[in-house]
Amino acid sequence: MRRFLRPGHDPVRERLKRDLFQFNKTVEHGFPHQPSALGYSPFLRLMAIGTRSGAIKLYGAPGVEFMGLHEENNTVMQIHFIPDQCQLVTLLDDNSLHLWSLKQHGGASELREEHRFTLKGPPGSPPSATQVTAVLPHSSREVLYLGTESGNIFVVELPSFRVLEDRTISPEAVLQRIPEDNCNRRSCELVEALREHPKNPDQILIGYSRGLIVLWDLQNNKATHHFLGSQQLENLYWQRDGSKFISCHYDGSYTQWPVSSDNRQPEPLENTVPYGPFPCKAVSKIYWQTTKNGLPYIIFQGGMPRASYGDRHSISVIHGSQQTAFDFTSRVIDFFIIFSSDPAAEFDDPSALVVLAEEELVVIDLKSAGWPAVHPPYLASLHCSAITCSHHVSNIPLKLWERIISAGSKQNIHYSSMPWPIDGGTNIAPDPPQRDLLLTGHEDGTVRFWDASGVCLHLLYKLSTVRVFLTDADPNDNMNTLGEDEWPPLRKVGTFDPYSDDPRLGIQKIYLCKYSGYLAVAGTAGQVLVMELNDEDAEHMVDHAEADLLQDQEGYRWKGHEKLRTRDGPVRFEAGFQPFVLVQCQPPAVVTSLALHSEWKLVAFGTSHGFGLFDHQQKRLVFVKCTLHPSDQLALEGPLSRVKSLKKSLRQSFRRIRRSRVSSRKRRGGSGNASEVQEANAKFDQDALQEMELAPVQRKIEARSAEDSFTGFVRTLYFADTFLRDSSRHCPSLWAGTNGGTVYAFCLRVPPAERRMDEPVRAEQAKEIQLMHRAPVVGILALDGRSTPLPEPLEVAHDLSKSPDMQGSHQLLVVSEEQFKVFTLPKVSSKLKLKLTALEGCRVRKVTVANFGSCKTDDYSENDLAVLTNLGDIQIISLPFLKLQIRYPCIRKEDVSGIASCVFTKYGQGFYLISPSEFERFSLSTKWLVEPRCIVDVPEVTSNNHVHNKSGTENAARKSRSPGDCGEDERKSGKLMEHALLNDEKVLKEIQSTLEGGR
Amino acid sequence: QFGAEFRRFSLDRYKPGKFEDFYKLILHIHHIANLEVMIGYADVHGDLLPINNDDNFFKAVSSAHPLLRVFIQRQDEVDYSNFGTNTLSRKKKALVTLRNDNLRRRPHINISMPHDFRPVSSIIDVDILPETHRRVRLYRHGCEKPLGFYIRDGTSVRVTPHGLEKVPGIFISRMVPGGLAESTGLLAVNDEVLEVNGIEVAGKTLDQVTDMMIANSHNLIITVKPANQRNNIIRSSRMSGSSGQSTDSTASHHSLPTSHMLQNFHPDEMESDEEADIVIEGSLEPQHIPKLHSLTSSSLSRINGSSLSHRLQRDLVLNNNSGRESNGNIHKLLSSLKTDPRHSLVIPRGGIEEDGTVITL
Repeated sequence: MRRFLRPGHDPVRERLKRDLFQFNKTVEHGFPHQPSALGYSPFLRLMAIGTRSGAIKLYGAPGVEFMGLHEENNTVMQIHFIPDQCQLVTLLDDNSLHLWSLKQHGGASELREEHRFTLKGPPGSPPSATQVTAVLPHSSREVLYLGTESGNIFVVELPSFRVLEDRTISPEAVLQRIPEDNCNRRSCELVEALREHPKNPDQILIGYSRGLIVLWDLQNNKATHHFLGSQQLENLYWQRDGSKFISCHYDGSYTQWPVSSDNRQPEPLENTVPYGPFPCKAVSKIYWQTTKNGLPYIIFQGGMPRASYGDRHSISVIHGSQQTAFDFTSRVIDFFIIFSSDPAAEFDDPSALVVLAEEELVVIDLKSAGWPAVHPPYLASLHCSAITCSHHVSNIPLKLWERIISAGSKQNIHYSSMPWPIDGGTNIAPDPPQRDLLLTGHEDGTVRFWDASGVCLHLLYKLSTVRVFLTDADPNDNMNTLGEDEWPPLRKVGTFDPYSDDPRLGIQKIYLCKYSGYLAVAGTAGQVLVMELNDEDAEHMVDHAEADLLQDQEGYRWKGHEKLRTRDGPVRFEAGFQPFVLVQCQPPAVVTSLALHSEWKLVAFGTSHGFGLFDHQQKRLVFVKCTLHPSDQLALEGPLSRVKSLKKSLRQSFRRIRRSRVSSRKRRGGSGNASEVQEANAKFDQDALQEMELAPVQRKIEARSAEDSFTGFVRTLYFADTFLRDSSRHCPSLWAGTNGGTVYAFCLRVPPAERRMDEPVRAEQAKEIQLMHRAPVVGILALDGRSTPLPEPLEVAHDLSKSPDMQGSHQLLVVSEEQFKVFTLPKVSSKLKLKLTALEGCRVRKVTVANFGSCKTDDYSENDLAVLTNLGDIQIISLPFLKLQIRYPCIRKEDVSGIASCVFTKYGQGFYLISPSEFERFSLSTKWLVEPRCIVDVPEVTSNNHVHNKSGTENAARKSRSPGDCGEDERKSGKLMEHALLNDEKVLKEIQSTLEGGR
Repeated sequence: QFGAEFRRFSLDRYKPGKFEDFYKLILHIHHIANLEVMIGYADVHGDLLPINNDDNFFKAVSSAHPLLRVFIQRQDEVDYSNFGTNTLSRKKKALVTLRNDNLRRRPHINISMPHDFRPVSSIIDVDILPETHRRVRLYRHGCEKPLGFYIRDGTSVRVTPHGLEKVPGIFISRMVPGGLAESTGLLAVNDEVLEVNGIEVAGKTLDQVTDMMIANSHNLIITVKPANQRNNIIRSSRMSGSSGQSTDSTASHHSLPTSHMLQNFHPDEMESDEEADIVIEGSLEPQHIPKLHSLTSSSLSRINGSSLSHRLQRDLVLNNNSGRESNGNIHKLLSSLKTDPRHSLVIPRGGIEEDGTVITL
């Protein structure tokens, strides 16, 4: 019964725990999933992005970001900043309007929802009467004009959202002033655009969907001008001086209209179909920007020839004779131009084009020749190729940091040198405590190095492993070298490219030694590359070695993919990490574990068949060990056939159920003619389906046995200098843990440095431990005489760690999915254990040693285990006594990919994917906390009366992103996805659980 | 004798027909047309009542809820005094076996522990549990059978201070034929699982409970609320420690041996909460690793994990019918294994005894 007892309540420890541990979700890195709206305030120099899940994110200068979430989780359709205010209005797809404001609170600005409002029509009116299609925040900052589907324009007062009914602009009122012969009631259906006159706030331009454009005088409540467009209207844009405006149309044309006092029904000045004469797609938004030299910038979205380029997502920029159609790899959500916001300035002088595409943010420098792209400091598209793994390295030495940055800067020469143009707000967060790298492995064989030190996840350097291999699509990236006469003048921009040439290139495991600059990268087709950082580009041979993990096991046939073909001869590598050796596992199964020891110059790798050790100094395979159970046929056949067989078995079992039911029905029914039987069968099929839906989920209870599949799958590899053979001499050792609960320990003999090249590295198996509970081993760790985890290779040599205590007796910690177990060394006898699954029904998914410092005193810190379970909980477990310290819910348990993607840092932080393109950053530590903290100051020229007199409306304070309560928001926003996730995941879960090690 | 034979069949509740037809049906189903039998049934109070005419047959069918447990006895064996009030509970021996939803055959049980008998299950903690609950312990290592059952989500009705309340629960949904769970007869489909190895499952998901059960599969103790409460052993308060409040001394007197007998199944030598992990010390020449490794792995596959202890235990049982308590036999057997040069391993307490010394082979 001892194991049912809970540890006693120790007040001292409880207090210490409060000083050490604290859970916060601090910031979301990457690109918002499914963006749906874009807004920009030239006044605040802040950009706002809305998403389909109802989130709204504001970005300014690097480090300045805010997030809000609409309670409804509905798609954000439009975002409009209130002119010269710290406020913005969002329109959701449920037709509700929300007023948000940035307010200072506790020294930093916060984004809060102030008010919400849904336009209500007179009783009995159709919903279309109040369906908002266009929003115009008036420059008076007192009213909002809402154009609707019915053609009515409602006026609501801000911030109260009170409808000013007497000021509604109805289609009838508009039509009064327009000759009846060219207009009827239908001309005024659906308000497409509302634009305020740039010079005269009393005039607004109303564009109706069918082409009628009206200039409305707000003072006199009448239409002063009307413009008859022949084409369906898409959008309107005023020129800066208010003498002309542009309309763009569904047929791919745009039209310039003059506005003068003498002509009340002007004819168009110019009507252009830029990509004619063949039918073109709609031009959905247009800017006309004036410059000093007289040549305007005409920037518009769409308008491509329908037949040949109708599928392109383009934004065209025309400036005199220059014309480029920027071609995006994903749908363009919206765009804006950054131009001179000084009202006194005579010209627009556009400086940058900011485009929000569905998968990335692209900023084009319009000032520099050639219109190069600007490298964004945030909103990186993490998923430009799908993320397949991630690896975090804390506290990078400055030297390595600079070398990586320098390698990266050579890759970024095609970017503009323009400073980031969206620079509102002030980042007041303290400087990041240390330099951290987050490495992401991608499906296309690249590894991206991110600066993860602060709030902005910033790409430093991109490494491609593709050059080592021969792939079908050779990198003849001649996409941008279009001929002179090419029309339309398309130019590919952006980095989002989800198409992988070859899935075998995918990166599965990464291991970087921050002291030596050695990097090991392993992939889907059993390839293991060892690389070295080189500051110059170089051409050299990559040594090849094969590791036959099956050895002399006979009679097995690998049915999975083939290994990648390698390039013969020397290969040219750019500055950065350059591969010098390739170890190819045979069979070429996914590499499931990887460890690098830069001091011993050894790399260990494991697959579902076994593991091997390679000496990358001598370029010699030291040994391989097959971990397969002879009966495990499945593991050999490769991943593809396995999925197939699962599908097949599901299908079969479904058929079996059906068949058995049919036959029993037939038997009972006795004789009957064919049609009756058919009818009965049809009815039965329905019943069966219904029953299938109603049938509860069952789970089989069966003990694990040695014969289970994938027991040989190598889950973890670990190098340690410890007491493996006897208690007097320690020696280098390699430890491997498998899916079947086996731990292998090998004693290594590494020659001393002076004879390193002369003598071979030797290895012999010293121990084999079979955990009786047979759960997959996910972590192995040696603790020194002071029960401190052994330092990383070279850590002591660089004076960054105390040397381990080699006097006292060492201990071995084996973490399986179900238990934590400490053994003595060298005699492996169980010392203590913590059962997780048996007691709580959850399983370990990720485990790391993390150092926690006290927020009260600088001189106290301790090592604990940070554990993520399959339920998405994070637990902190003390070392070496294995006592549960604290538990936090972190990820929804249905979010299998989120749990699989989680990576912990060495100082109690972590990252996990909340969508394919976004990492959520969390912190378990009170001391290391990276979160946005920024101030948006209201620039001088404002009358602040509006901002400060509505404290009574702060009903939505809880929605702001503050530590502690944001987890709730997270979960809420996830709810929409939850159902969809559940559907396929229930089925895929089993696959996932066995494949887990691969991620 | 057909005391252990069970059939399940359906009848139209509202048109039961004549006793004559029913009698024939029974005989037909059981293929005992040539025998004179007495048919009885269990009524709502658990009393055994006879069926011998249309009236009481009708009564029996209408009182069935939802199953009618029908007992068939040879005419000449019928002990007529058995019919009547409280008879079924008094007939405890029959009671234990009476499960109309579960085909099961229980071996004759001697009160003393048979030497060649391996426990596969036991009912434990009878004295501390409510009468409606049953705590069952399954010993996987005692037998070669798979555990063999499935669990599902469901709802159960609880009595709370606010009245009856529907709460989610975990239930046994299926038994694998021939599995350990089925063969013990202590678990049945639709039994609600309340605890797994002392941990309440309330608030846990099906997957969590599954993981808990599998993690404890070497020594699984599950507390269930049997779907069929009829077969509960009725205990008196005397059994639970407070004497003098006996309400039904007859019943308690009779059920006493049953519970004791089940408790006696505790074989302490099998009680190891968890078997120790096996550690194999390799002392192989470095040069020969690839070759020797295959040897190790082949020998391993034979002695791998639990199969090792199984083999040892099975051999022990075969060699030594008189009991396993003799350690000398273990050593004898182990030393006989020692002659095999390919075995070079250390088994610290592996599955044989809890705190024995390390045995080097």
